[in-house]
Amino acid sequence: MTERSAQIPSGAPARGPRRLIFETGAPESRCVEPPPLDVPELDLKVRLQGRAKIRHEMPMLPHVTEVEIARHYSHLASMNFGVDTGSYPLGSCTMKYNPRIGEDAARYEGFAGLHPYQPIETVQGALELMCRLAEALGEISGLPGVTLQPAAGAHGELTALMCFRAYHLASGIERRRVLVPDSAHGTNPATVAMCGFEAITLPSDADGGVDLAALDEALDDDVAAIMLTNPNTLGLFERNTLAINEAVHSVGALSYCDGANLNAIMGITRPGDTGFDALHINLHKTFGTPHGGGGPGAGPVCVTEALKPFLPGPIPVHLDDGSFGLAEPARSIGRVRSFFGNFGVLVRAYAYIRGLGGEGLREVSEQAVLSANYLKERLRDAYELPYDRTCMHEFVLSGVRQKREGGVRTLDIAKRLLDYGFHPPTIYFPLIVEEALMIEPTETESLEELDRFAKAMLAIAEEVSTDPALLKAAPFTTPVRRVDEVAAARKPDLRFRREG
Amino acid sequence: MYPSDLKYDKEHEWVRVNGDIATVGISHFAQDQLGEVVYVDLPAPGDSVTLGEPFGEVESVKSVSELYAPVNGEVVKVNESLTDSPEIINEDPYGEGWMIEIEMSEPSEVDVLLSAEEYEVFVTEEE
Repeated sequence: MTERSAQIPSGAPARGPRRLIFETGAPESRCVEPPPLDVPELDLKVRLQGRAKIRHEMPMLPHVTEVEIARHYSHLASMNFGVDTGSYPLGSCTMKYNPRIGEDAARYEGFAGLHPYQPIETVQGALELMCRLAEALGEISGLPGVTLQPAAGAHGELTALMCFRAYHLASGIERRRVLVPDSAHGTNPATVAMCGFEAITLPSDADGGVDLAALDEALDDDVAAIMLTNPNTLGLFERNTLAINEAVHSVGALSYCDGANLNAIMGITRPGDTGFDALHINLHKTFGTPHGGGGPGAGPVCVTEALKPFLPGPIPVHLDDGSFGLAEPARSIGRVRSFFGNFGVLVRAYAYIRGLGGEGLREVSEQAVLSANYLKERLRDAYELPYDRTCMHEFVLSGVRQKREGGVRTLDIAKRLLDYGFHPPTIYFPLIVEEALMIEPTETESLEELDRFAKAMLAIAEEVSTDPALLKAAPFTTPVRRVDEVAAARKPDLRFRREG
Repeated sequence: MYPSDLKYDKEHEWVRVNGDIATVGISHFAQDQLGEVVYVDLPAPGDSVTLGEPFGEVESVKSVSELYAPVNGEVVKVNESLTDSPEIINEDPYGEGWMIEIEMSEPSEVDVLLSAEEYEVFVTEEE
C-alpha cells in the first residue's frame, strides 16, 4: 500500500472523502445569475409589520459553480456501493437488481404528474393500477383483502396488528399478548409494543423452527396473535406452519406472517393457504423498487375475508359500471398513511408483476432458493453451518471457528469482503446465531458472480489461518477504511459548523 | 476471568455481596460477546428490581441486550460514570464497570446463584 501511494502526486484529488459542499467554492461563485430586479424593491420589514420573524444574517448556503456541484455529487456517488456497483448479498434485505423498466413506468407523466386531490374521474388509470395490483397481491398471498397504504414493512406490521386488535375488540374480548419467535426481526416485538400488546418470546427448536412445546405452553385465551416470519430469519421454511396456525386458531388467536422473505416462496406456496390471517409484503424488496437508502418503500397488507372490514380506507375499487372509485371498509381502523401510500413504488411493483407474469414470479423464487443453496454448499466446509437444512432464499453461517482459530471476528470477515468488491452480508443477525453471517444472493446474480463470491469467502477463510492481522486491518481498497463505529455511536458529529 | 469472590447468573450478570447490598455488573464473557459497548440504560436509585426481570439495557456496536436482575430488591446506587464512558464495562467489567447496587429484600437469594467454577462450566457449554 505504501509503495503505491508514494506514486500518487501530491495535490491529486483524494479518492476518499473530500471537502464538504459548504467548504467548496468561493463567496463570488454562482450557478446562476438572477436577472436584474425590474420591479420596485420592497422592504420586507415594513411589509410584514412585525408579524413574522425576519432573519438578520444571510443563511449559510454553499457558493459553488454548476460544475463544482456536478463534480461534488458525482464523487460522492463514486464512493458509494450499490447493486449497480456490485453484488450485495445482505441477508433479509433482498438487495436484488431492480429492472429499469419499473423506473420507466413510474416516470410516465400520467402517473408521476398526478395530484392526490385531482377529481376521481381524472385519475381512473391510477385507481385501476392500484386495483389490479391489489388483486395480484391477493392472488400471490392467498389473502383477498388488501390495503396498499403502509409505507414500509414495519408500517405494514403495525397496520395488520391494529386490524387484529380491532377484530378482537369487535368480538368483545380484549387480548393482551402476542407471541414472537426469538429469531424474528426486531420490528416484530417493536410493533407489538407500539400496538399496546405485550410481546412473549418463543424459543426456537434445534431445527431452527418454532418450539412447539413452548408454543403450546404460551397459548391461552389472552393471546391475540402470533407473528411468524416464513421462511424465517435463518432462511428456513417453518415446517410446522400448519400445526402452529391450527394451535393458534384453536385458542381464538390470529396468525400474522411477516412477509419479509416472500422472495423465496412466490408462486410456490401461499401464506393464506397455510392458515395465516394476514401478511405484509415489502414491495421494495421483492417487487422492483430500489431500497436501502431509507425509502420510499411500500408494505401492503393482505388479510382474510374476516379481517377485510377492518382494513384502512379508502380502498380503490372496481365499480359495477366499469369505472374505478374509492370505498371505506365497514369497520375500518382509519387511514394509516396520507393519500394512497407511496404510489411510485406501487407502479414499479405492478410493472414487475406484469412483466414477469405468474410463471416468471415462480421462477424468481426458484432461482433465489437455488442460488442460496448453491452458495451454502460451496461454503459449508470453510465456515460453521449451525442449521444444516435445505435453505430457502438465504442461509446463516457462523464465524465461530474463525474467531477461535485466528481471533478473527465476523466483523473482520465482513470488512475484508469489501476488498474483494462485495457488499458484506448481514452480520450478527439473527441474534440466536453466534458470529452470524446471513447471506442472501438473490436470483439476479449469475452463476459466475456466485462463484466469484464463494471464491472470495473461501480465500478469506484461508487468510484467517495465514494472515489474521490482515483481516483485522481490512478494508484496504475502499475510499474510507475501517470506520470507528464506537466513536460514531458514542460521540456522533452530525452537523457542519463553520469554524470561527 | 471469573473472580471467585463473585456470584453469577445465567444471564451473565455478576454479583458482589456485602451484607444485604449486592453490587451488579456483567461478566467478562458478556462484555466480550457484546463487543464494544456504546450505551447503557440503568434504573435510578429508589427503583425496585425483580429477580429475572430486565432492569436496564446495554447497547454495543453489534446489538442491544437486556440486563436481568439477579436478585430482588431496591436500587440504592447507580454507576453514573457509565453514562459518559460506557467503555469502562469492556475495560474493567468487575471493577469500575459495576452497574448498580441493590439492597436485597431477600439476601438468601444469592445462595442459588452460580459460583465462579459453576459459571465457567456454564459459559464453556454456551460456546
